[in-house]
Amino acid sequence: MKNFTYQRAESSESAINLIAGNAGAKFLGGGTNLVDLMRENIEQPDALVDVTRLSSEIEETADGGIRIGAAAKNTAVANHQLIRQRFPVLSQAILFGASGQIRNMATAGGNLLQRTRCYYFYDEAAKCNKRAPDSGCEAIGGFNRIHAILGTSDSCIATHPSDMCVALAALDAKILVEGANGKREIAFNDFHKLPENTPNIETDLKDGELITAIEIPKTDFAKNSLYRKVRDRASYAFALVSVAAIVETENDLIKNVRIALGGVAHKPWRATDAENFLTEKTATEENFRSATEAELKAAKGFGHNDFKIELAKRTIVSALKELAENGGGK
Amino acid sequence: MSIMQKIMETVVQYMPDKEPDPLIHDKHGYIGKPLSRVDGPLKVKGAATFAAEFAFDDIAHAAIIYSTIVKGEITKIETSEAEKSNGVLAVITHENAPKMNKPPMFAPGGGSKGSGAFDLPVLQDAKIYWNGQPIAVVVAETLDQADYAASLIKVEYKEEEFEVSFDAAKPEAKSPRNIMGEPAEVKIGDAEDALKSAEFKVDNIYRTPRYNHNAIEPHPMIAAWDEEGGLTVFDASQYVTGSKYTLAEVFDIAPEKVRTIAPFVGGGFGGKGSVWGHTLLCAAAAKVVKRPVKLVLSREGVFRAVGGRTLSEQRVALGAGKDGKFASVIQSGVTATMPHSAFQAEQFSFPVRHLYQSENFYIGQKIVNLDTVPNTFMRAPGESIGTFALESAMDELAYQLKIDPVELRKINEPAKDPVKGAEFSMRNIVEAYKRGAEKFGWNWKEPRTQKDGKWLVGQGVATAFYPYYRMSASARVRISADGRAVVQAAAHEMGMGTATVQIQHAAERLGLSIDKVSFEYGNSDLPESPVAGGSNQTASIVASATAAIEKALQELLTLAGDDFDSPLSNVKYQDIETRDAGIFSKTDPSKGETYESILKRVGQEYVEAEASAAAPLEMMKYAMFSYGAQFCEVRINGETGETRVSRFLGSVDCGTILNPKTATSQFRGGIIMGIGMALTEETLFDERTGRIMNPSLAEYHVPVNLDVPKIEIIYNNIADKHSPLGAHGVGEIGITGVAAAIANAIYNATGKRIRELPITLDKLL
Repeated sequence: MKNFTYQRAESSESAINLIAGNAGAKFLGGGTNLVDLMRENIEQPDALVDVTRLSSEIEETADGGIRIGAAAKNTAVANHQLIRQRFPVLSQAILFGASGQIRNMATAGGNLLQRTRCYYFYDEAAKCNKRAPDSGCEAIGGFNRIHAILGTSDSCIATHPSDMCVALAALDAKILVEGANGKREIAFNDFHKLPENTPNIETDLKDGELITAIEIPKTDFAKNSLYRKVRDRASYAFALVSVAAIVETENDLIKNVRIALGGVAHKPWRATDAENFLTEKTATEENFRSATEAELKAAKGFGHNDFKIELAKRTIVSALKELAENGGGK
Repeated sequence: MSIMQKIMETVVQYMPDKEPDPLIHDKHGYIGKPLSRVDGPLKVKGAATFAAEFAFDDIAHAAIIYSTIVKGEITKIETSEAEKSNGVLAVITHENAPKMNKPPMFAPGGGSKGSGAFDLPVLQDAKIYWNGQPIAVVVAETLDQADYAASLIKVEYKEEEFEVSFDAAKPEAKSPRNIMGEPAEVKIGDAEDALKSAEFKVDNIYRTPRYNHNAIEPHPMIAAWDEEGGLTVFDASQYVTGSKYTLAEVFDIAPEKVRTIAPFVGGGFGGKGSVWGHTLLCAAAAKVVKRPVKLVLSREGVFRAVGGRTLSEQRVALGAGKDGKFASVIQSGVTATMPHSAFQAEQFSFPVRHLYQSENFYIGQKIVNLDTVPNTFMRAPGESIGTFALESAMDELAYQLKIDPVELRKINEPAKDPVKGAEFSMRNIVEAYKRGAEKFGWNWKEPRTQKDGKWLVGQGVATAFYPYYRMSASARVRISADGRAVVQAAAHEMGMGTATVQIQHAAERLGLSIDKVSFEYGNSDLPESPVAGGSNQTASIVASATAAIEKALQELLTLAGDDFDSPLSNVKYQDIETRDAGIFSKTDPSKGETYESILKRVGQEYVEAEASAAAPLEMMKYAMFSYGAQFCEVRINGETGETRVSRFLGSVDCGTILNPKTATSQFRGGIIMGIGMALTEETLFDERTGRIMNPSLAEYHVPVNLDVPKIEIIYNNIADKHSPLGAHGVGEIGITGVAAAIANAIYNATGKRIRELPITLDKLL
């Protein structure tokens, strides 16, 4: 690990000031991913600014949504009463991730910035456009069982590893950020990027911008939601495919449906084609299946991960069936 | 097999058996008691000192740099930045390393006394033999400084052509000279012909991937040289005696000047049975900086520098008549190794040599050489992967015959060893099946007929098999005037309960209460022990401790007999028994004296005796194996293919169980490792670069708690009259048969037969 300086910020202003102008500086949350990557020499910051003392509050917003301070621990978010009642999909997604110890350390803001688990990204001896731009991608033609099937590019087929983010994508969350040039909001779907030719650029964050909070808008029908995660062992593994789904039916007609997928793309994948297909249709298994066909028409496997296309379809159908059976309707 | 060995085996057939161990029949003492581990409290309190935890004031820390190419030469290694880095004491490369001889290789069955995993020189030239080979070591004041400096080293290579593709090399596969002393090929009758004409038959290919041990404690060590040129290493070792001889030869010093200390080992599974490069590098580093040096491999380092289980491709063909009786049994295939590996052919064909009766056999093993880290033994090497193929095939044939798989095994139960013709020393496998089936509630059903919600349910069964081994060993015993006894042997405690069981044995044999007996081990200065491998340690050390105890008792009797005041004067050795902390006449219970009394009267503090066990002739005369029946139930998500093992029962035929508590832990551990082998574990080896791509516990998936169901273990507990205490080793057999039982249960649940491990969900979609 390279030597680095460490400072703790007591306010978002001071955090932004401490990092300003230093391209080698990084914000430090729980460190459950960043410090690992530093040990592997994949990340080599020369300065860390600890932001875990900033807002970790979880509170109701004026319009009935919820705001989660970026420093809130994953455990606190998952177990928060309002989140469990109103957004069970978010609580479940977090609890399906990592381990109790890691969730106790990891912050909500840090979770958004998790980096991929691609084997070739982790191995300095391998070619990886994300780690070393323009060096190539060894996952293509290599071990890609855990890799993406949607939104891939010739440069990168890595996936985003977060579970929490898949739920947030389905919930239309907003990311609140603050930088030297002031505050702004980023729609969740715009926050993470597809790889294209620059897989090293993973988010919409500008240099020196700090995530201060996540806002989830009031979504009454999100009570009927769930997170389904399919993985290689019963716990403590990243998703091969995961589905965050929210369904509201009325007399067997789908009024509202939200679907987001994890483990399939460089970003949490909002399945808008499937959603559009299903809206105002009857909640039948046949329709669910057709919706997945529409969504995954563009999917492309790379050999080892071909199975994810069918697995994604089945997992979506399974999740939607369960939610439709629960009613979710009025 | 050598001619001498052949003659020896023939002679042994006519030798009378050793009297069965009298302790076999003792049901009142410590043998067979579920005693808790003697080292349990220390471990729970964190007070057990593991190799990397020994304290030295002036310790320095080392970090290793690994090659990133498969084969070739280092043309330039730029170390100046690293040398200038904070706290760095030395950067050692092939250009400046102290002279070290090639390690003498591990040679089970004789030859060298060393235990090198390979016979390549370490850091003596610029050559690279595998991707991940250690090529330099940095020593610094702190670990962080060493790690950082290591990242500053720049290496340039000249690459050569390499071969790492198993499939590409397969056509070149060759028969090894032998497989641990057994012939690589066995032909009885004409198996191919018999297969052709068999009414029922299966003939399939099974594949198993590379696996890594992943002991919870990565390989840690400390090396320190003294002023007289002696070397002490604290190393997590399964073979301290072998380590001593290896280090002595590599550094050209007398074996007496080397001491390997390993009081506790945090799991080994075979990975710590040999001396690997890092041990030599740590000792070399300590020599260079003239300070004790600590070196702990990172998890990635273990994958790079320490080999695991090799991959295999096996064909199993079984031919049978309507009655289920085998007409033909074929098991053949290929495993990979590397030219310099001490462990060449992983003996997957051992189980088939001894499990079933058939008139026709073809058994054959070949190897291919690849440019990889040397493969090594990993829990039940051979038997684990061999039983996967064989016991899957048994199941396939059972469905074809419509004969219950439990019954099919009974039908083909041999009366004598089917290949060697030798008598079995102990074999109650049918009994194990019977008891297991009853307890498990075995009820063979048509495939794909059981459901639990969206989960498909199935049951499977397979035979567990592992040979009995005993190796030459020595031990020392000291019986003191304070009424205490201590047994000493180099020996190893990797968590299996070695000390506990040896104390139970010595207390029983000496007639002492258990709190008066201790066992000292984990130190190569003590009488030599064999590797804690092949599940041999308990039997080997019990036999040597028995010899030492007999010698000490004779000496005590002589002391007593020399004295007319002793009630034991005139009592002969063959007439004595030990009980109540002393020696008593068997014929006249009133005659006897405690150890304390004998020693005090003659004014002697203690008697001490060292002895080696008699050669393991029982292994030559009899076919000696352990058996089990593994039953399991699985649930497979019909939508996603996720598999969960929901029930597991092992019914064991392993002779006398010395301590059901520690033995059951061993079996559970083996079965859990088998669940990993079956469902989740696989070393991802990229054949384009010869590199392991998942050297981390995040991506190499060992089972987690949620993957492990309740595991029940039941025992036949029938003694083997020909082994010490009637016992067999239990460390390895637990993993055997597990992968087959699970694959068979998956077939029963889904109707899908998967012949390639691990059975990940994509194979079941």
